[in-house]
Amino acid sequence: MDLFEYQARDMFEAHGVPVLAGTVAETVEEARAAAETIGAHSGGVVVVKAQVKVGGRGKAGGVKVAKSVDDAAEAARQILGMDIKGHTVHKVMIAAGAQIAEEYYFSILLDRANRSYLAMASKEGGVEIEVLAVERPEALARIPVDPIVGIDAAKAKEIVDAANFDEDVKGQIAEAMQKLWTVYRDEDATLVEVNPLVKTTDGRIVALDGKVTLDDNAGFRHPDHEALEDKASADPLEAAAKAKDLNYVRLDGSVGIIGNGAGLVMSTLDVVAYAGEEFGAAGQHPLPANFLDIGGGASAQVMIDGLHIILNDQNVKSVLVNVFGGITACDHVANGIVGALKVLGAEATKPLVVRLDGNKVDEGRRILAEFGHPLVTVEETMDGAARKAAELASAANTN
Amino acid sequence: MAIFLNADSKVIVQGMTGSEGKKHTQLMLASGTNIVGGVTPGKGGQKVEFDSGVSVPVFGSVAEAIEATGANVTVVFVPAKFTKAAVIEAIDAKIPLAVVITEGVAVKDSAEFWTYALQAGTTRIIGPNCPGVISPGASNAGIIPADIAGPGRIGLVSKSGTLTYQMMYELRDIGFSTAVGIGGDPIIGTTHIDCLEAFENDPDTDAIVMIGEIGGDAEERAAAYIKDHVTKPVVGYVAGFTAPEGKTMGHAGAIVSGSSGTAAAKKEALEAAGVKVGKTPSATASLMREIMKNLG
Repeated sequence: MDLFEYQARDMFEAHGVPVLAGTVAETVEEARAAAETIGAHSGGVVVVKAQVKVGGRGKAGGVKVAKSVDDAAEAARQILGMDIKGHTVHKVMIAAGAQIAEEYYFSILLDRANRSYLAMASKEGGVEIEVLAVERPEALARIPVDPIVGIDAAKAKEIVDAANFDEDVKGQIAEAMQKLWTVYRDEDATLVEVNPLVKTTDGRIVALDGKVTLDDNAGFRHPDHEALEDKASADPLEAAAKAKDLNYVRLDGSVGIIGNGAGLVMSTLDVVAYAGEEFGAAGQHPLPANFLDIGGGASAQVMIDGLHIILNDQNVKSVLVNVFGGITACDHVANGIVGALKVLGAEATKPLVVRLDGNKVDEGRRILAEFGHPLVTVEETMDGAARKAAELASAANTN
Repeated sequence: MAIFLNADSKVIVQGMTGSEGKKHTQLMLASGTNIVGGVTPGKGGQKVEFDSGVSVPVFGSVAEAIEATGANVTVVFVPAKFTKAAVIEAIDAKIPLAVVITEGVAVKDSAEFWTYALQAGTTRIIGPNCPGVISPGASNAGIIPADIAGPGRIGLVSKSGTLTYQMMYELRDIGFSTAVGIGGDPIIGTTHIDCLEAFENDPDTDAIVMIGEIGGDAEERAAAYIKDHVTKPVVGYVAGFTAPEGKTMGHAGAIVSGSSGTAAAKKEALEAAGVKVGKTPSATASLMREIMKNLG
């Protein structure tokens, strides 16, 4: 889960990382009130920042400096509701203004290649770090961090030396890095990024903007993290799927997909897209409508829940069920499909192409054949099933 | 011979008395695996009866199990929140191979037990969140169904469980020396490269299928490794061409971030290393079939 900037700020503050005063606001009135409180401590100057989980908000006009409470309210009025790269702005953060002398960069992240962690630091912050990494790699220090030891005083010194920070700020930055490590470790983060980490004109080090990604698998250690979820802007179908513990990602095609196992489902999406190239005019080829992995236990209930989500997607014109029974038994899957179609009744109006293989495939196919539902087509191979589902979606589009 | 696992492997199951552990121990026994014990803290001295009259002793710790049985492989089924402790216990007992099936393990826990294993230098870890490893006809450590394909001379390494099954099914008439499901988590104990190296050195493997998916750059690094170190033919498959940026596709590690981790980049890197990459699982199987035919 990616956090909003204001959530990252609050988390930093809780772990003792130096941050500026800041409050989130969802309305112009709230923004005005926040500007009044916060501006009182920063010479009346506040910054109104769009809260979106995407980069480039500054260029899009999502960050405005306001020198009065009225300015701040006007800035909030302009920013709230703005669209930034497809993300609607529902919240702004009102942050204290600061006199910036220098902008630096610091992050801690997973190093998948070395199965470890990596700290990255640079004197040249405030820019797109991906760009810096490519254009001036020598300006970005990359220091391995042992997952068990973490960033202690010695490691922090190694990083500030490698990044060649000025002597007058090395101590403060090293201290902030150790605090940011506690955020990474104690909150089960997979990314903690500060860009920029700034030196103010009065010589203080402050984390001005933060990005935090939390590990969804570590939720058992962090019951408080659930409250950080952005339920409001989640896709309604994705939210409904999550409530049913389904692993679902919505896409924008017309072939609904249900399968078992993440790899096989991803592969099914690809195979449907290739098969779709044969059908419809250019630009109108059928594409996958979603990713849905029903995992190991394909009970009737899981199938009912899955089909229910997919059939509620208005874009879906056909559905492909692709299951390779390893642990999952195909007769359970077939019973699931039968059960789902019985429960859904008249709600099931879209053709269903089913491919089953592996564990108890004969029983599975027999159950579907005996059920003989007019909407169900059984195909023997994954390629054949993908082709059939794409064809049906394309035909439904042209009708 | 096969890799990592053979007929001489003596396997214990951590979490054998739980429902998943018990179910899969039954299946591993049925496929001929030499299961010598289970480990559940506090349940040492008990026995678990399986179908066909096999009785497997339960030990209170991995060290006790090794002491009593000479076990050299552990398969870990314990729940995610206890997985790190179970794996560290196995490393402390110096077991040569730990296959971690459990899914949903926190990345921090995986990073810590991997680092711990690296420092100890005595335990190979496969997984977590993986289907395990099977050397058909010899031994099966994990949850890969043993009846999909029999023994043969293809080696298979895959991030995905069900794609492993699909590929084994497509090539069931040829058979496999060993199939390894390495898992799709961001941090895993055994990588594509580790398996490629082992297959390259395995006299019973003639050719290798490598299955990857979006996220990270393991496939790109494997491609570079193949170019420099692998002389046996390799065919590849990559899943996730249609995956959108920034969305996790089921596996915790399967995510395209910005322009990195895309399926297209992985396919390109593999092809640049001389690996034939199939567009679909069935096309990939056809490429392998062709190679095996030419090898005679």
